Amino acid sequence: MKHLLISALSALVIGASALTSPAIAAESGESHVEDIDFSFEGPFGTFDQQQLRRGFQVYREVCSACHGLRYVAFRTLADQGGPMMDPAWVRAYAAEFTVMDKETGEERPGKETDHFPFISGMGMGPDLSLMAKARAGFHGPYGLGINQFFRGIGGPEYIYSVLTGYTGEEKEEAGSYFYGNHTFPGGWIAMPPPLSEDLIEYEDGTPATVEQMAQDVAAYLMWTAEPKLESRKRWGFVAVLMLAVLSTLLYLTNKKLWAPHKGKKFDL
Amino acid sequence: MSGIPHDHYEPKTGFEKWTHKRLPIIGLIYDTIMIPTPKNLNWWWIWGIVLAFCLVLQIVTGIVLVMHYTPHVDLAFASVEHIMRDVNGGYMLRYIHANGASLFFLAVYIHIFRGLYYGSYKAPREITWIIGMIIYLCMMGTAFMGYVLPWGQMSFWGATVITGLFGAIPGIGESIQAWLLGGPAVDNATLNRFFSLHYLLPFVIAALVVVHIWAFHTTGNNNPTGVPVRTGSKAEAEKDTLPFWPYFVIKDLFALAVILLVFAAVVGFMPNYLGHPDNYIEANPLATPAHIVPEWYFLPFYAILRAFTSDVWAVMFVNWITFGIVDAKFFGVLAMFGAILVMALAPWLDTSKVRSGAYRPMFKWWFWLLAIDFMVLMWVGAMPTDGIYPYISLIGATYWFVYFLVILPLLGLIEKPQQMPATIEEDFNHHYDIKSAE
Repeated sequence: MKHLLISALSALVIGASALTSPAIAAESGESHVEDIDFSFEGPFGTFDQQQLRRGFQVYREVCSACHGLRYVAFRTLADQGGPMMDPAWVRAYAAEFTVMDKETGEERPGKETDHFPFISGMGMGPDLSLMAKARAGFHGPYGLGINQFFRGIGGPEYIYSVLTGYTGEEKEEAGSYFYGNHTFPGGWIAMPPPLSEDLIEYEDGTPATVEQMAQDVAAYLMWTAEPKLESRKRWGFVAVLMLAVLSTLLYLTNKKLWAPHKGKKFDL
Repeated sequence: MSGIPHDHYEPKTGFEKWTHKRLPIIGLIYDTIMIPTPKNLNWWWIWGIVLAFCLVLQIVTGIVLVMHYTPHVDLAFASVEHIMRDVNGGYMLRYIHANGASLFFLAVYIHIFRGLYYGSYKAPREITWIIGMIIYLCMMGTAFMGYVLPWGQMSFWGATVITGLFGAIPGIGESIQAWLLGGPAVDNATLNRFFSLHYLLPFVIAALVVVHIWAFHTTGNNNPTGVPVRTGSKAEAEKDTLPFWPYFVIKDLFALAVILLVFAAVVGFMPNYLGHPDNYIEANPLATPAHIVPEWYFLPFYAILRAFTSDVWAVMFVNWITFGIVDAKFFGVLAMFGAILVMALAPWLDTSKVRSGAYRPMFKWWFWLLAIDFMVLMWVGAMPTDGIYPYISLIGATYWFVYFLVILPLLGLIEKPQQMPATIEEDFNHHYDIKSAE
């Protein structure tokens, strides 16, 4: 048993140190990212459906002017583990968009099986489908990845911090305007501050502060990036439980099997 | 198959006799899984099974992923998102496959270091060791090409950097690089050939694994004492060994279940922890990421690659003596492949007559220093190339070579080994406090 413990421990240590080195991106240009206690964090965390709906409203009324969600199908808005909008509402919402039909090559009103539009061009922002997984909010310390282990990779926190991190300064460079931002790498971002107090009126009556809207849209973008987060965690939980039972049974089988050869008695 | 005397398969029923005369496959399976195995194997010996499991896991999940993946620069990234969003259980398949690569490498590194500590590479197991090193190289090739397939930013730029290494070969380098890429830069041709090879290499690995197992079934397993199994008679051999089935199968399965428990937790709760956020951005040949970092399992050798910069005197000397043919970049490439080559040559570099490190008082220290060195290289491989980091890389890379080229040959000559048990049975009985029957 002692040996088993030592071996298991050393395996863990090796495993842990192996786990620490990845996902180390730029630690230069130390940017400020606030750690937010999102509902979907941790092994048991799930999305807050009301927050996803609010975040979707922020995206719909603010972000969607310049940012697409090309990988997200309208129908998924009604899925379990998402904002769970009413399917009839989703159908009507999709119909507000005009899409190019792949088969006929003609324009038609959107259907729920279509995706959010891909928006590109001058003055438009990057697609946001995967933004919450494409940015790291937390790093280190010393490239060891320990912060990410405990606090998560921090994509949604990064989004929140960019949205709330405007310094109020602006500058013009070669005809383009840049806005000072505590979080954005380099300190200057081309996106004007998108949120302001009471910019939108939440359908559920929540006061629309900048912090509230930023948190809600960050949560919504985590859902667009990882729509299967809840079923994944459920799978993980079931797998861990079943493997724990299997490990116990195999441990006892192994012990009983070897007992006569190790000069030990085994009774259960 | 084994040189250790043991019971062989005897066909009993009429059907078995009929089959055995025509194709002795049952006998082959019987002899393989009933192989006498040293009964004192400790828990470091379970990683072989974990590796076999990983190979199967990767092939099975990979085959299903291929059913939904499109190897084209315009469609690859979107097809991966299709797997993540629309394919039933696709997100699990992909996360298991991606994290499965990490488990595979974790297991292979522990497996290799176990071999290095207990002298498993020494005679008569040199071929097992060499085949193992070839498997490891194939694994690296497979993992590297697999990482390119999602066609994210790190896929693209990682491929650009690594294939660029071949461009460092003097004279013919650029032609080789263009031949590998199928063009002047990483593009659709590259993606297609990497996809093809990523599918092929695992089956090459599977074949090599069969040879690996064949080789060590011929010599018998090494064990923590390094003392060989007594092969004078079957009765004698049975005192040192137990059959692989059921004793080691059950033991290994228990260990595998525990490891998979941790693996399931990683896949279920933090599947992107080992990945890089930049790979969720579609490949863009016009935008270079701020830091191009390989996957964690390449970092130790990536650190060795970067360690030898043009201001290192050894590099300057080699550059001068080869009339400038070997520059710093090519030196780095040679060092990286050399680091694996010297490891593969360990059977001939180690002069000690004692197999197991457990009885080598001086060796132990140097070995653990190598293990720490490996960790340090892994860490520094992900750090920037300024400040103190290049010095750490250089010291770490130098120690790697010194260990294999200087310490292993010298230790065997100067070290005074400790008293070893005469037999495996003695070690086992001593460990479990069993009084000898004699």
